[in-house]
Amino acid sequence: MRIRDHYIALSTIVHKEIRRFLRIWMQTLLPPAITMTLYFIIFGNLIGSRIGEMGGFGYMEFIVPGLIMMSVITNSYGNVVSSFYGAKFQRNVEEMMVAPVPPSVILIGFVLGGVARGLGVGFIVTCLSLFFTDLQIHNLAVVMSVVLLTSIVFALGGFINAIYANSFDDISIIPVFVLTPLTYLGGVFYSIQLLPEFWQQVSQINPILYMVNTFRYGILGVSDIDLRLAFAIILLFIALLYSYALYLLRTGKGIRS
Amino acid sequence: MPQALSIRGLKKTYDNGFEALKGIDLDVQQGDFFALLGPNGAGKSTTLGIVSTLINKSAGTVSVFGHDVDTDPVAAKRLMGVVPQEFNFNQFEKVRDIVVTQGGYYGMPVGEARDSADHYLQALGLWDKRDTVSRMLSGGMKRRLMIARALIHQPQLLILDEPTAGVDIELRRSMWEFLQKINAAGTTIILTTHYLEEAESLCRHIAIIDRGEIRANTSKRELLRQLTHETFVLDLAQSLTGLPQLDGYSTELDGDHTLIVEVGQEQGLSGVFAQLQQQGIEVASMRNKTNRLEELFVRLVEKNLES
Repeated sequence: MRIRDHYIALSTIVHKEIRRFLRIWMQTLLPPAITMTLYFIIFGNLIGSRIGEMGGFGYMEFIVPGLIMMSVITNSYGNVVSSFYGAKFQRNVEEMMVAPVPPSVILIGFVLGGVARGLGVGFIVTCLSLFFTDLQIHNLAVVMSVVLLTSIVFALGGFINAIYANSFDDISIIPVFVLTPLTYLGGVFYSIQLLPEFWQQVSQINPILYMVNTFRYGILGVSDIDLRLAFAIILLFIALLYSYALYLLRTGKGIRS
Repeated sequence: MPQALSIRGLKKTYDNGFEALKGIDLDVQQGDFFALLGPNGAGKSTTLGIVSTLINKSAGTVSVFGHDVDTDPVAAKRLMGVVPQEFNFNQFEKVRDIVVTQGGYYGMPVGEARDSADHYLQALGLWDKRDTVSRMLSGGMKRRLMIARALIHQPQLLILDEPTAGVDIELRRSMWEFLQKINAAGTTIILTTHYLEEAESLCRHIAIIDRGEIRANTSKRELLRQLTHETFVLDLAQSLTGLPQLDGYSTELDGDHTLIVEVGQEQGLSGVFAQLQQQGIEVASMRNKTNRLEELFVRLVEKNLES
């Protein structure tokens, strides 16, 4: 009985989250489509044609997996951080807290909402990329699993950010000052083989490098890093972030006085 | 039969050191209509916030129909519906969606939640607004929306924190009727209010809380019995030039047509009228200066401040 009730509660949260980002599609789905199209045109077509090959592929082919992943990361994170902080700000998070919804269901519900937007935007960007390049998939299982797991990692990150946030400024600090630089330095636009030895080593502490390269392997069949290590790191991040987010939710950090 | 609500040794100290609750005990019987009264900052909302698990307590226990909110929160929450003081729904969602979504949180399948939402939206006069975005509603409608949302799963205990704040008199009375109806149907109701007339009209038991401590907790009848004096305002048929002497009564003239008389419980009013008649003073109308509960409330709180 309780499992069925929890399932209904989970499904309610997920539907509410999907309804939310679809309702404001001009703010959630359209901007990444426009931004990524500009990336494809400017970096892929205009500049890419002068760059030549990267990692054995045309520059456009090389950056498409990274740009898809970048949109998945930023949208998974952005959906949860804005939605959960909005629920805190308007206090409608209390609707869930007074109801018999376990913290784990609330957390998973918001994460799945973030994953839905991340994957939705990833799909839109993938479709747009087909106007610029022929996308061949080298390993579908790797593509699907790494994009899903990466989306979960950043949805969890967005949730933790929202719990600590006390203002709308607080929900933009991490995406602007941490997430974007790490993504740009995570091998979206270049192979780390181009970097001097020292910076190659430094790059390897950037978790996004593993996600982007694993995804690129799934599409192109080339990667700068070991895939097993990449999956291990992603799963480790999921376990750590999930446990910490659940702990914060259970103790009421940021939502209960 | 377990109490609808049982609170033991409840304490709350906020992070800034403010001691909002100093170890209160409170029982509410099943089927009761119970008022928790107190001045601003007395601890009413903190108490209800802890009961509804929106505020962490510092010490003590809370159980709802015998289910401890810490050890058996799912069962306890299932039996409660909560109407908070502040509007706490998504301002961008439609009215019906807000109520149906709340049903989902309680494990109600969509069809069942829709039927229940439609029933309460109709009962609370919100049916015409079901597809309106909630931020477009008036203050009174928003309050009724929160009541509909709290009732979606048909709770046995309804907690209302100042449900009629900012609501006009006509609407307030229609909300009273609605609450009396669901109480008569078996729902236990606990409310806090600043309108003491509301508590006097609706509630059978009343607790008065002040500065984190329960000052009185008894039936409304017993509480009103503690009122040793009542103050009456007499509107006189003719104007007076001086204060009339009424033996045994404390009097005060308010303008030249209004006499204020304090009457002890054992004295009664007939003595006042007899003496006024002897002096040839005719009374046109009479009323309580404040409502009786308000008078008692003010005295209890003032006594506490003095001590």
